[in-house]
Amino acid sequence: MSPQAAIVLALAIPFAGAIGIALCHRAPNLRETVTLAAAVGMFLVVLSLVGPVLEGSRPALFLFEALPGVGIAFRVEPLGMLFALVASGLWIVNSIYSIGYMRGNREEHQTRYYVCFALALAFTMGIAFAGNLLTLFLFYEGLTLITYPLVTHHGDDEARRGGRTYLGVLLTTSIVLLLTGIVVTWAVARTIDFAPGGILGDAGLTNAALAGLLALYMFGIGKAALMPFHRWLPAAMVAPTPVSALLHAVAVVKAGVFAVVKVIVYVFGVEPIAGLASVDWLPVVAGFTILAASVVALRADNLKRRLAYSTVSQLSYVVMAAALLTPLTVIGAVLHIAAHAFGKITLFFAAGAIYTAAHKTEVSQLDGIGRRMPWTLGAFAIGALSMIGLPPAAGFVSKWYMLAGAMAIDHWPAVAVIVASTLLNAGYFVPIVYRAFLRPPPAGEAHGEAPWTMVVAMVATAALTVAMFFYADVPLALARGVAGG
Amino acid sequence: MIRAQLPALVVVVPLLAAPVIVLARRAGVAWALALAASWASFAIAIALFLEVRSAGVVSYAMGSWPPPWGIEYRVDALGAFVLVLVAGTGAVVAPYMRRSVAAEVPGERLYLFYAMYMLCLSGLLGIAATGDAFNLFVFLEISSLATYVLIALGRDRRSLLAAFQYLIMGTIGATFYVIGVGLLYLMTGTLNIADMAARLPAVAEPRPLYAAAAFIAVGISLKLALFPLHFWLPNAYTYAPSAVTAFLAATATKVSVYVLLRYFFSVFDASPAFADVPFGPALLALSAIAIVTASLVAVYQPDMKRMLAYSSVAQIGYITLGIAMFNKAGLTGSIVHLFNHGVTKGALFLLLGGVAMRAGRASFDALAGLGRAMPLTSFGIVIGGLSLIGIPSTAGFVSKWYLVLGAIERGEWWLVVLVVGSSLIAVAYVWRFVEAAYLQAPGPASPRPGEAPLALLVPAWLLVAACIWFGLSTSFNVGSAASAAALLLGPQ
Repeated sequence: MSPQAAIVLALAIPFAGAIGIALCHRAPNLRETVTLAAAVGMFLVVLSLVGPVLEGSRPALFLFEALPGVGIAFRVEPLGMLFALVASGLWIVNSIYSIGYMRGNREEHQTRYYVCFALALAFTMGIAFAGNLLTLFLFYEGLTLITYPLVTHHGDDEARRGGRTYLGVLLTTSIVLLLTGIVVTWAVARTIDFAPGGILGDAGLTNAALAGLLALYMFGIGKAALMPFHRWLPAAMVAPTPVSALLHAVAVVKAGVFAVVKVIVYVFGVEPIAGLASVDWLPVVAGFTILAASVVALRADNLKRRLAYSTVSQLSYVVMAAALLTPLTVIGAVLHIAAHAFGKITLFFAAGAIYTAAHKTEVSQLDGIGRRMPWTLGAFAIGALSMIGLPPAAGFVSKWYMLAGAMAIDHWPAVAVIVASTLLNAGYFVPIVYRAFLRPPPAGEAHGEAPWTMVVAMVATAALTVAMFFYADVPLALARGVAGG
Repeated sequence: MIRAQLPALVVVVPLLAAPVIVLARRAGVAWALALAASWASFAIAIALFLEVRSAGVVSYAMGSWPPPWGIEYRVDALGAFVLVLVAGTGAVVAPYMRRSVAAEVPGERLYLFYAMYMLCLSGLLGIAATGDAFNLFVFLEISSLATYVLIALGRDRRSLLAAFQYLIMGTIGATFYVIGVGLLYLMTGTLNIADMAARLPAVAEPRPLYAAAAFIAVGISLKLALFPLHFWLPNAYTYAPSAVTAFLAATATKVSVYVLLRYFFSVFDASPAFADVPFGPALLALSAIAIVTASLVAVYQPDMKRMLAYSSVAQIGYITLGIAMFNKAGLTGSIVHLFNHGVTKGALFLLLGGVAMRAGRASFDALAGLGRAMPLTSFGIVIGGLSLIGIPSTAGFVSKWYLVLGAIERGEWWLVVLVVGSSLIAVAYVWRFVEAAYLQAPGPASPRPGEAPLALLVPAWLLVAACIWFGLSTSFNVGSAASAAALLLGPQ
């Protein structure tokens, strides 16, 4: 299979899968088989691209010209490769989990759910492989719109409110800020293709203009949840838990930080803007988001809400690391996209398992639950370990690079933020694990583990979280490719 | 040679179809004739477009009287583009009419309806084809008078009042226009637009020219519903028969924009007297107000047809905003939006016509639960709505891209904020439909499950598909708009 064909297939398989799912709406078992087949097929196709990309080739595909001089085009580089790999791989696990969750909770409109999910993955691939800003923007907006039915899945007033915030924040930021940023980039650089080293080098922007343009991008990419545009993420928690797990811990939010890193590395270029006074506000905003979101998470009793704010905080690690503009922190940022994905999807899976088996949503209800659901809470503990950044979990690897990079350029405020937030993370995850395993359970409870498909999925992602600590070769090689080292 | 006759044929075919339809009287025959004539016009318009693209300006001397003495038909890149839009809309709406109009207009008046539709089509085509200022007035009146009748044929009795309102405003507009043309004729001694442009620089006395420009500007602004002269439009669009609303929304105001462009870029621009007349800033301010206020008013309309009518006033604001920017990107955005918005609004009004047929009206309480009852119609409306917002991969995005680019080239940041910020108001009003159709349970006013007939769905979805096609493959719409803009701005 040629790499170009692989790019087309990576987008076409989930699309075809969506059609297949819709056609099989009367036969749930067949429908779920189609989902799994599409997920596995897409993952294999994405996997086939890893070899060529690691060898230094950059498969590209130009579909057609959409505006004079700008086409719908794809180009696979290491960053997109890693993102696509993580998203497509986790789709398989998440589909297995979804089957257990959706059936265990007797959710309605399951066909619509699986169709939208498949389409969301197709748009995610489009983002990962986008070769220019227009293509990225096209799929970015598509992802926002196609996930709206998933967020409002329950169709009640709460879902409607959550959906309104979700759409309101994401569309507002992208239309008003991101689109403006893209048009400005086109106006000054006459290109919006992603290129190593950036495309703004010859544009002759003043420092103030550069700072403004960076702000348009960083706040315009609302999916990265930089404060004050983070509210959509907790609002999206009204969705069924597998949606929160794959989309709001992996695909959607990672599309945000992916776009942030992509813009910093391939539009601005790390070298040209490193050390400029006009860009040093960004680590400050990101650092503030890291700490402030952690403080909110500390006070949240609802488990999913706590996880959502933890996500807001973790996303800003990526933004801050990229904004420090050294090769080491860029590697850290790229690795954290993968590391956080594995850990956070495990945590959400556990939250959904607890809800399905015990119908509990608040942290204060979890006394002793670890004794009844040892697998679930065991996986949760590993995910929490990764969030805090302790070995042997993936979060340690990415934080290590961030710390090393920040120290290498003597950026002590960033070091302080990472250390402080590590303590905060421990402050809101350790009590949950403590409560679940060491407090006595309330009397009269008779639930066991969640359905086996959910347990399998959770164990798989927890294993991935640990595996990335021991075998980080491929992600590290890809991250080095992004940082140019 | 038939090719040389194209500029006349495009107008004459529907014009002659009108009396034939009256003679035929039978509704089925009348519809078939109208269909044949509008498809023929579309084919001729495409042929003309291709001719203009290869040969540049196509000129045709009516009755073989050479210009500037005789009436000249003169089609350039801009005119050909507008002709394709108008004839294309006519060709899509005609098959839709048989079922839709039969449901809304009394049977014994159907043949009159089709005759009027033919006159309206031929009038609008004539405006875009003619190169003669007075002939343009004649076509303006033909299309306007036909429009009044078409609106009055709506089944709600308020359509009579709406038609009367439009009649008053439209007549004032046409009168202003003809006064302006009269003054120009006095000063230049010619009615041929190209000739007028050539003679204008020699006119020493600027004051009558200012008066002429003012009369023409106000008169045409009435016809194109520029804020604050838009008050006739919401009623007219709301109460006219569905097919008429779709046809007018896609064509009538757009043709008026064409006239405005023609006079201000091809005629007045030639005279040094206009170098320091602040038309640009005035148009800019009015456009900005139109965009913001009309969008906001649209959000609060209880009826979807009326909401889209106010949205049209706002969208016309984008078109005039691009004109007022007075640079290539802005003008391209304006002309491309003229086309893109025509396609988008045409699609939306056609789909709403299907809703009106099933539910009896298009108020928001009738739209509750529509996503289940009429899935294809609802989904089409969502796509049209996305194009109104300007989501990438829709036609509306392309327009917005050029308008923002034009604003950046002027270095005016408030314009950038205006264009992108006002999209958010569009999000708000489009979202009302989504919430009603997909998140509300069907109410007592909702239609029973069942799609609109295919005769309505197919034309509507053709335009919905066009919304996406012209958002992704822009060589026709952007290419034509860019060459028209280059032509209007001239060598700079």
